[in-house]
Amino acid sequence: MSLSMTAGSVPGPRKDPEVAAALGRRRKRADRIVRALCVGSTLIGLAFLASILITLTYRGFTAMGPNVFTRVTAPPGSDGGLLNAIVGSLIQASLGTAIGTPIGMLVGTYLAEYARGSKFGNMVRFVSDILLSAPSILVGLFVYQILVLPFGGFSGWAGVVALAIIVIPVVVRTTEDMLTLIPNTLREAVIGLGSPKWKMIVFVCWKSAMSGIITGILLAIARVAGETAPLLFTSLGNNGWATDLTRPMASLPVAIYSMAGSPFEDWIALAWAGALLITLSVLALNILARTLLRGRK
Amino acid sequence: MSTTAETGTAGAGTQGFGGVQARSDVTLNAPRIAIKNLEFFYGDNRALKGIDFNIPDRQVTGMIGPSGCGKSTLLRVLNRMYSLYPGQRATGEAMIDGMNIVAPDADLNALRAKIGMVFQKPTPFPMTIQENISFGIRLHEKLSRSQMDERIEWALTRAAIWDEVKDRLDASALGLSGGQQQRLCIARTIAVRPEVILFDEPTSALDPISTLKIEELIDELKRDFTIVIVTHNMQQAARCADQVAFFYLGELIEVAPAAQMFTAPKHPKTQEYITGRFG
Repeated sequence: MSLSMTAGSVPGPRKDPEVAAALGRRRKRADRIVRALCVGSTLIGLAFLASILITLTYRGFTAMGPNVFTRVTAPPGSDGGLLNAIVGSLIQASLGTAIGTPIGMLVGTYLAEYARGSKFGNMVRFVSDILLSAPSILVGLFVYQILVLPFGGFSGWAGVVALAIIVIPVVVRTTEDMLTLIPNTLREAVIGLGSPKWKMIVFVCWKSAMSGIITGILLAIARVAGETAPLLFTSLGNNGWATDLTRPMASLPVAIYSMAGSPFEDWIALAWAGALLITLSVLALNILARTLLRGRK
Repeated sequence: MSTTAETGTAGAGTQGFGGVQARSDVTLNAPRIAIKNLEFFYGDNRALKGIDFNIPDRQVTGMIGPSGCGKSTLLRVLNRMYSLYPGQRATGEAMIDGMNIVAPDADLNALRAKIGMVFQKPTPFPMTIQENISFGIRLHEKLSRSQMDERIEWALTRAAIWDEVKDRLDASALGLSGGQQQRLCIARTIAVRPEVILFDEPTSALDPISTLKIEELIDELKRDFTIVIVTHNMQQAARCADQVAFFYLGELIEVAPAAQMFTAPKHPKTQEYITGRFG
């Protein structure tokens, strides 16, 4: 600001009320156009989403019945269900989460508590983030190469490993994010009592971050619940009852994939029922995750 | 900040300098920590320059000075908090019980059990009130159930918070008010039975009433503990401290018994700071 300028002497001509009014009108018009574009796009998106959900709900509920939960897959026309796929999905998703979660938590803890700002830590974080957004079919192919080909066939375990690999980067990310949110003063307070670092991490940091980490785990489960590609190459799917993890195992996404692509009316209906089941469980997991996050204030 | 709350009781001291009156005009005890030629570095930046002074046993040493003068840095040297951060180091001597605090081979966990710290903001752990206290004790001692209960009650009583929490020891510590949380943190620190307690601006996040309670508590704790307190508040230093050290730009400008510091400061910089001309 120039020193010669004193209060009351604004440089330039006086404000013209006509010009000001015209500018105001133009601003309002621009505002209306931008707003119309935003609202319009939102409505288009919502319309697609609503049509998907309505179709899914309608066709899913029409096909839903006790058979879906009590019978295994049967040949077309003979009243089969999805029991084997439901159980297979539960087994593979829960084992995959059980294996991926501790690894992910420990890696996330390493990044947040031990490797902050270090080159190696940054590299690990980068790789994990790439894995997070990598197409899941790559994970399927990778496990196919290391577990399916060498061990002579598709197996539930291969599916479990593929899902665990998808769980890991999700949990790494949330664990690190949640731990980074903890103020350093809390860490110093623990250390100031004469505590070794591992006790600080386990009893105070993890505890502070727990609801956030659990939220991340729930979202990871929701993610693997719907994964199809990694399972196609690993556990393959199975039309019979199978809980033996060393053999091919059914899962909901793969069952949907094969049934929806078949020419049989009743199989296609079952695929809709399976899709609805997955959607509802993902919805439930998301609601649970949100509730937990709200609990942390 | 509350500065008027205690003028009624401060009258016992000698005539103040710049309106600040020290309450304590006691003679200083034998040193508990002897600091000699202490220097501290953040990377290449020398934040403390040749510090020499003694911290008297079972009395309160107040450290004052403008922001960035090094007083908090010195406090964090005394329990080696800086060792958490790579690139920070100290040289020289800070002797306690024949051991040099800044020696590279010092047993940090034992040192921190001996020299406890209370922070600027209350830092309750995400546990119950009881577990907040027992956490520190369990790090260093194996106590029976009844001994533990006894110790917890003792610590909470000494921190003047027992009556407020005795009926909800199993409730989360995060539900306490700010002032209560800070007293809980003090209880947690004394539960480990340290010899020295470092206070880093312990009341700057608290309301006037809570501030007064903490100050009274410090006065009471000095019967058993050697206390070092960093404060931005001159009146607080005057009310609490027996010895006052004034820091400026990483140097110890002047250290003297509180009464002398606030009546006849020797260094012109000290005079200016105490009378509020900068800082």
